[in-house]
Amino acid sequence: MLTKRIIACLDVHGGRVVKGVQFVDVVDAGDPAALAARHAREGADEIVLLDITATHEGRQTLLDTVRRTALELFVPFCVGGGIRSASDAAQVFEAGADKVSVNSAALADPSLIDAIGRSFGAQAVVVAIDARRDSAASDPVRDAQVFVQGGRRPAGRRVVEWAREAEARGAGEILLTSMDSDGMRTGFDCELTAAVSAAVSIPVIASGGAGTVDHFVDVFGRGKADAALAASIFHFGVSSARALKEHLQDAGISVRLPC
Amino acid sequence: MRVTVIDYKAGNLTSVLKALRHLGAEAEVTEDDLSMVQKAERIVLPGVGHFSATARLDSTGLTPEIRAAIARGVPFLGICVGMQWLYAGSNEAPRQAGLGHFSESCTRFPEAGEKVPHVGWNSLDMSANSRLLTGVEPGEFVYFTHSFKAPVTQDTAATTLYVEPFASSVERGNVFGVQFHPEKSSETGLRILRNFLAWERS
Repeated sequence: MLTKRIIACLDVHGGRVVKGVQFVDVVDAGDPAALAARHAREGADEIVLLDITATHEGRQTLLDTVRRTALELFVPFCVGGGIRSASDAAQVFEAGADKVSVNSAALADPSLIDAIGRSFGAQAVVVAIDARRDSAASDPVRDAQVFVQGGRRPAGRRVVEWAREAEARGAGEILLTSMDSDGMRTGFDCELTAAVSAAVSIPVIASGGAGTVDHFVDVFGRGKADAALAASIFHFGVSSARALKEHLQDAGISVRLPC
Repeated sequence: MRVTVIDYKAGNLTSVLKALRHLGAEAEVTEDDLSMVQKAERIVLPGVGHFSATARLDSTGLTPEIRAAIARGVPFLGICVGMQWLYAGSNEAPRQAGLGHFSESCTRFPEAGEKVPHVGWNSLDMSANSRLLTGVEPGEFVYFTHSFKAPVTQDTAATTLYVEPFASSVERGNVFGVQFHPEKSSETGLRILRNFLAWERS
């Protein structure tokens, strides 16, 4: 049976993890390669590394980080942040990523999705969407507004129509972040996730708002998510992806266990 | 041991090479060097993406060389589209012939309310005494990402259930195929690659 994925996310700046799933007893909590390896060992089904360095010189640091992180990682590895062209993507793949995630650049030029998909396959293109419900719209959920530049500027697109366009252009997965829920720890936006998941045939990864293990149960059930991003696992009262998955299994959710 | 990995421009080879080298293999890559296939000790044909990409194996002249290598008994492993290529073809690209080592064809998952592509970790059910899957227990998970699949036949070494059972692994003689990505399937995947590297004709 196909299982629901728990994806560990690391935010990286200048080659160091600045936010993300942390462990109390890791001596060097900032090393992406060490943390990614540990998450994989402790049951994460996939690793996402998001680079929040926006500078040109940061790109080489990122590629070094990706190369080092990928070296001993034998689960799917997705890298996002600052990928603006197919040649940016090619460098990240060459460094060892299996997938790239694109967000603002794909909204600015949607043909970027086609271009990466043509060269590397649809499975390698994750389109990240940051969305906020729009209370002024006739359907505040399906017509949630899409934002760019880390949520600072509306992109003029609606979440469901943009997700469908991304799929039609050859995206392999959607990474959907609810800006209303992000950081609130009150649960994923299950209505938003379900609306997008029902509108496309590709997997939807839910992100933003998890505060308890039950929130994951909810987003895999009511939210129809195929995967969920765990950005800071200690907030959920568990010590590892494996422990989170054991709770999910007890709640009747199919997960990769033992792992 | 030496492994010849064939690059037919269907996606990224980095992960496959990394896993093979991690296991101690000396992996070399060829796009169109026929002599490398003629001298190959083991061959891996990876691949993600569209079945039509395998047309490149014909245009570079690699197809008959691979066929000859298989006939010589060279161990061969096809991964994902590389496994599908071992069949007669795929309705993803009906005019592109596969190798035809297995006579059946690959088809798209039927519409049945489940998402297509099939993406994520799913479990293996071993059917017989698979040599490639030695040491892997039924129910172990591996990572898939695909929309087309091979049918279950007497050559099927493992099946996986998604909408319906399909062949997640196939083997006959020195020819092996896996629909999943062993290079991305954690310890289970590494064990399978290790089995391939260690397999010898008896």
